[in-house]
Amino acid sequence: MSAVLSIRDLRKTYASVTAVGGISFDVEPGEIVGLLGPNGAGKTTTIDILLGILAPTSGSVQIAGVDLAQERSRALAHTNFAAVYATLPGNLTVAENLRFFGMIYGVTRLTARIEELIRQFELERFRNVKTGVLSSGEQTRVSLAKALLNRPPLLLLDEPTASLDPATARDVRQLIRDFSSREGGGVLWTSHNMHEVEDVCGRVLFLSRGKILMEGDPRTLAAEHGKANLEELFISLAREPLALEDA
Amino acid sequence: MSSGSPLRRTAAIVLRQFYLLRGSPVRILPLFVWVAIDIVLWGFITRYLNSLSSSGMNFVPVLLGAVLLWDFFVRVMQGVTTAFFEDVWSRSLLNVFATPMRIPEYLAGLVLSSIGTSAVGLCVMQVLAVTAFGLSFFSFGAALAPFLIVLFLFGIALGIFGSAIVMRFGPSAEWLVWPIPAILSPFAAVFYPLSTLPAWMQTISRVLPPAYVFEGVRAIVAGRGVQAGNLAAGAAMAALYILLAGAFFTRIYRQAVRTGLIARYSAESPG
Repeated sequence: MSAVLSIRDLRKTYASVTAVGGISFDVEPGEIVGLLGPNGAGKTTTIDILLGILAPTSGSVQIAGVDLAQERSRALAHTNFAAVYATLPGNLTVAENLRFFGMIYGVTRLTARIEELIRQFELERFRNVKTGVLSSGEQTRVSLAKALLNRPPLLLLDEPTASLDPATARDVRQLIRDFSSREGGGVLWTSHNMHEVEDVCGRVLFLSRGKILMEGDPRTLAAEHGKANLEELFISLAREPLALEDA
Repeated sequence: MSSGSPLRRTAAIVLRQFYLLRGSPVRILPLFVWVAIDIVLWGFITRYLNSLSSSGMNFVPVLLGAVLLWDFFVRVMQGVTTAFFEDVWSRSLLNVFATPMRIPEYLAGLVLSSIGTSAVGLCVMQVLAVTAFGLSFFSFGAALAPFLIVLFLFGIALGIFGSAIVMRFGPSAEWLVWPIPAILSPFAAVFYPLSTLPAWMQTISRVLPPAYVFEGVRAIVAGRGVQAGNLAAGAAMAALYILLAGAFFTRIYRQAVRTGLIARYSAESPG
């Protein structure tokens, strides 16, 4: 089966600043890939490009084999996303938001799918509540429900558990794992929580200054680079990316 | 997996507007409150002018009719911009544009939303004008439809243009959009003949479709019949402006995608 995401030599520059400096990687069906890096490393820029809201300076993106630059609408129909900075319209209720986005994504048997997700994310009592008045954790659950509406072959998650309590975050991680294994969806997951990354991701990419510095299994990568754990590796990378690049 | 139906995506935008109206009486009131105030105010002014005039001229169709048509045009324009502003106010532009939604589908949704909201305003206007002041749209005869169509098309064009301005300059650019009808009204010669204006203003009026509409209305009231040529010119111009506004919005959108404006779009000016 071919990759659900295929990025080749992706580059984004603003005047003299390079936000993403020619990265290439794939995400396979059923794979959860962590995109890690310090603030300003280029993670969100990469996600924005994949969402079609930021044009790359050069390079190519294929989502489920569809070229994003050539067939934007068809490519984006194969994906969906949740991000802490992309709140859903707060003036719509939970059910209205799910219906609105379900129609945009062309979800078939939409009513049944909405009910299924409302149940899955335990949103029953918020069904007719305006999304804007929910707590940040509840809003995150709605965003995740929206992200799974179309059972996307590629799911993009930008710090999806950032505002969740530990118990809910664990449940959400399980839901995403289930989605990935049952539906075969590929997931690109950015997070600053290294324990979460170790728990969920099968592979991680370390991004620094717009480049992929290293890649590997989050459970073994730290030891391979002489660090006690992934968090220590992350901190080293954030402080001395060039030294690690040379190593 | 297909990208879904363009019609369904357009319908989603309309449905969203319906949800917003249904969920908030504050959004429903402006659809007819300002219109009602205008009709009542101008209705009494025309009645007063009729009582003063010894010429026997009936000011009701001239002034109140003009108010009716101008308010319709303003409602259409604001219907489009308000539907767009809903995405700006709720900071959901990123969520909407990071989907399979295409720009023509999105704009079609804004236009259909505007048709719905302006139709409500039109009905309220008509009921008030007939019941309180005895002025029916039908007093203009068969020419009413083309007049309304020209104003409708130009309202849509300006609404799309205003939305593009806000997309480019950020939410604070709203204040540039709301006064557009007021700025245009002197040039559109809503309440007086075009010949009243100085030459330089008439030059501007000639590129404004509403000027042709209001000249046409006055010609009918004066018994000179429908000036088909002028009306056709106004309609052609309004259609051209829609195409230009659509192209302008698309250009601004592409620029926003190139520069990252949509990704950074927030409560304050992104530009």
